[in-house]
Amino acid sequence: MPEILLRGGEAAYTLRTATQGDIAQVAAIDVSITGIEKPGYWEDIHDRYVRQPAEDTGLAHLNRLFLCACQGETVIGFIVGEIRAWEFGSPPCGWVFAIGVRRDLRTRHVAQTLFQAACDSFRAAGISIIRTMLARDNTLAMSFFRSQGMMAGPFIQLEMELQPS
Amino acid sequence: MKLQKATRCALFAILELAADPGRQMSAHEIADKYGISTNHLAKVLRSLGRAGLLEAVRGAGGGYRFSGSVKRTTLLDVIQLFETIDPLARGEREDGDDTKAGAALCQVLTEIEDIARATFASISLETMLKVVEKKG
Ligand SMILES: CC(C)(COP(=O)(O)OP(=O)(O)OC[C@H]1O[C@@H](n2cnc3c(N)ncnc32)[C@H](O)[C@@H]1OP(=O)(O)O)[C@@H](O)C(=O)NCCC(=O)NCCS
Repeated sequence: MPEILLRGGEAAYTLRTATQGDIAQVAAIDVSITGIEKPGYWEDIHDRYVRQPAEDTGLAHLNRLFLCACQGETVIGFIVGEIRAWEFGSPPCGWVFAIGVRRDLRTRHVAQTLFQAACDSFRAAGISIIRTMLARDNTLAMSFFRSQGMMAGPFIQLEMELQPS
Repeated sequence: MKLQKATRCALFAILELAADPGRQMSAHEIADKYGISTNHLAKVLRSLGRAGLLEAVRGAGGGYRFSGSVKRTTLLDVIQLFETIDPLARGEREDGDDTKAGAALCQVLTEIEDIARATFASISLETMLKVVEKKG
């Protein structure tokens, strides 16, 4: 993977599939964004999005990806996505489930590079739509996704509180 | 959803000028392009000037130039100078709101307001100009 020059600085970074050794750093970026520790969650994501697809070619059609942007061994951003088909009645489409960039390295196009890599990967798999879901009040993430060309799609998310029986 | 006339004029003027921040245009030129009244637009342009989004260029051949930030100014920033798109969130109350049906209606309308607000707040002028470009 060629090195990408960080906008607004001399340093360069590369994109690569997340390794076992990246998990703790990804989890730390996630906690810095959400404030929630999720024990075992990122290990599980690595297992399902990296280890299993590497061992089982039967999963190739899901195009699972868990990419990290790295400066040497330091993770500065990540993205997770895959192709999902027919859930909610939707034809095959690429999903982005999570994206995050270290606070001190934001607004230098790291997320854009990760997102475009996901788009390229889905496109190469014959997919023409990429989708995500995010909190309505997360203006920062929504501004980012809209800047990449995303608009509201034809689905709407509904929910309700389950009353105790 | 419908925006008020002044808001639409403001958005057209801002997008026109923000597309090329170096360029200046008169109220007449902008009004002509969008088929709106020059008088009405002139008032709107003065408000945008007071908000720091436009700068008036004096003298012959004068007009207005964009002076905001295309990356950091959102559609909501412009809209809110002219109207309130989320009156319930801002505490506006109407007759009947205290009844059960009124409260239920408020809940549904708040859902719609929230989506409208989130949409306008997440579209910067730069992003909107990309959408404009795509319209060929
Ligand atoms: C959203 C996020 C991933 C963006 O990462 P980033 O590397 O800073 O983004 P980029 O530099 O690639 O930005 C690309 C474009 O997004 C938009 N954008 C990014 N940050 C922005 C901000 N603070 N305000 C407005 N627009 C912004 C801009 O249009 C930008 O392009 P430009 O710099 O040429 O104007 C990062 O802010 C983040 O990690 N936020 C928390 C993530 C989160 O909430 N995740 C949960 C949902 S999955």
